[in-house]
Amino acid sequence: METTTVNSNFKSEKYQINMGPQHPATHGVLNLLLTIDGEIIKKVEPDLGYIHRSIEKMCERDSYQQIVHLTDRMDYLSSNINNEAVCLTVEKALQLAIPERVKVIRTIIGELTRISSHCLWWGVMGMDVGALTTYFYGFRDREMINDIMEETCGARLTMNYNVPGGLMFDIHPNFVKRVKDFIAHFKTKLPEFDTLLTENIIFQKRTKGIGILTREDAISFGASGPVARASGYSCDVRKYHPYSALDRVTFKEALRTEGDTFARYSVRIQEMWESLSIVEQLIDNIPEGEHRVKTNAVIKLPKGEFYQKVETARGELGVYVISTGTKSPYRLKFRSPGFSNLSLLNHIAVGGKIGDLVATMATLDLVIPDIDR
Amino acid sequence: MTNEALQNLIGGWFPNPEADKVPAAVTDSESEEDSGDNQVAQQQVNPSLLEFTEEGSEHLNISVHSHLLHQLMSTLKENAATRFDYLFCLSGVDWGEELGVVYHLESTTHRHIVVVKVKTDGRENPTLDSIYDIWATAEFHEREVYDFFGIKFNNHPNLKRLFLTEDWVGFPLRKDYVDDINMIIK
Repeated sequence: METTTVNSNFKSEKYQINMGPQHPATHGVLNLLLTIDGEIIKKVEPDLGYIHRSIEKMCERDSYQQIVHLTDRMDYLSSNINNEAVCLTVEKALQLAIPERVKVIRTIIGELTRISSHCLWWGVMGMDVGALTTYFYGFRDREMINDIMEETCGARLTMNYNVPGGLMFDIHPNFVKRVKDFIAHFKTKLPEFDTLLTENIIFQKRTKGIGILTREDAISFGASGPVARASGYSCDVRKYHPYSALDRVTFKEALRTEGDTFARYSVRIQEMWESLSIVEQLIDNIPEGEHRVKTNAVIKLPKGEFYQKVETARGELGVYVISTGTKSPYRLKFRSPGFSNLSLLNHIAVGGKIGDLVATMATLDLVIPDIDR
Repeated sequence: MTNEALQNLIGGWFPNPEADKVPAAVTDSESEEDSGDNQVAQQQVNPSLLEFTEEGSEHLNISVHSHLLHQLMSTLKENAATRFDYLFCLSGVDWGEELGVVYHLESTTHRHIVVVKVKTDGRENPTLDSIYDIWATAEFHEREVYDFFGIKFNNHPNLKRLFLTEDWVGFPLRKDYVDDINMIIK
């Protein structure tokens, strides 16, 4: 939009304004330096590092069992999936045969984590665009999953349930029943998500046609997860590089082609249905057996390089380990989905208004510790 | 494409001009599978300017000299047979004598994966070519590598620290970085 002169005394010009680090819409300590002209955004420059803990450097002195505990401090809403990623890398390197029981439980817990993360996102998304009610509905359903996790894992947020070789302990006797109760409950509540927010005309007007990301740009910016799938880019790691028990379930990859904020929103709602279906397929068929295979107390990976990708609630998480044969990795890199997804924010926000930026950021679903690591 | 087919294809793009001059290497250039890192092959002239290894890794690893990096990367993306359009991981590594960057590439059409490795000349003034013009995501990732390893990227549009403050001294992910106050060493 052109710079306009309102009257001869007041001329509009570009200026810079800080959004964050304590802005409610940034969901954590992210500072965006906005260059704006009136209300039109000209440039978005993220200023990172407020909570950088240098997890990658800490990994270089820790044992592999200890590294697992650091990962759920990255994307804390996908903590189980992060733990699983490191465990899978170690198990791949050691060529451990993992019991079927472990694989199935890991997948069930992973999908429950995804639903829980999307519930939180949905509540916060509504709040960001001015609908406070959704916040309470989202947290109500997430609470049920947290209770299930608490009973089985002993924790509600940072689970540490996966260990290299399996699971720390077996599932709680109530686990299957409570998960089934949750599925029955959530199937009646998920349609409410649509009637409360998706079909709301104010919400649709605020989200449709803004923050458009094309398929080519999504690939070039390394986007993954729901952000990329809303642009018609099929990239689900669960489909292309299945891990744990994901090779034996059928589910549809949620895809949209519009690439706008509303498409990203719809993809996540669709994903919750698919995750429910995955849990449903597995919950009655948890094989009997060991919940853990024995590993050495000190795990030493063979010399070499190992890469494992998993699909967290936010997208593709990669664990890249360079091992020299010692008890700690020589170098460990986490490819975090949020980092790449943030890099495209400037591209899709320029030209829009500040209010649109809030809605766009809400559907990028950034978790700042995941970016800062 | 399998790793072997990829190796044959990519190896052919950068033939070593030395390979034709040495008679002993002629037989070697016919079978490009020997261009790995086993010691016999290294003594002879490598038929390709690239080095291929698969040791301890499930993916094909290509080691490239820094002056060929940008050319190789853009060919990997543009060539219809390879079409590596998705750069999913870019990591800096401190190899001791020199620093390096590891690029993980995937093709969204062919779904094959390749790993490209490049090393800098020494640690004093490490410089590499930026590839942000090939993959937009590299802009952020290269800034992260600059921040933690001090590798400078030529032609990068906005090369400054990403996580740390501008006045930070040193590059924390280098192996020789010392911080007596904030680092706990076991």
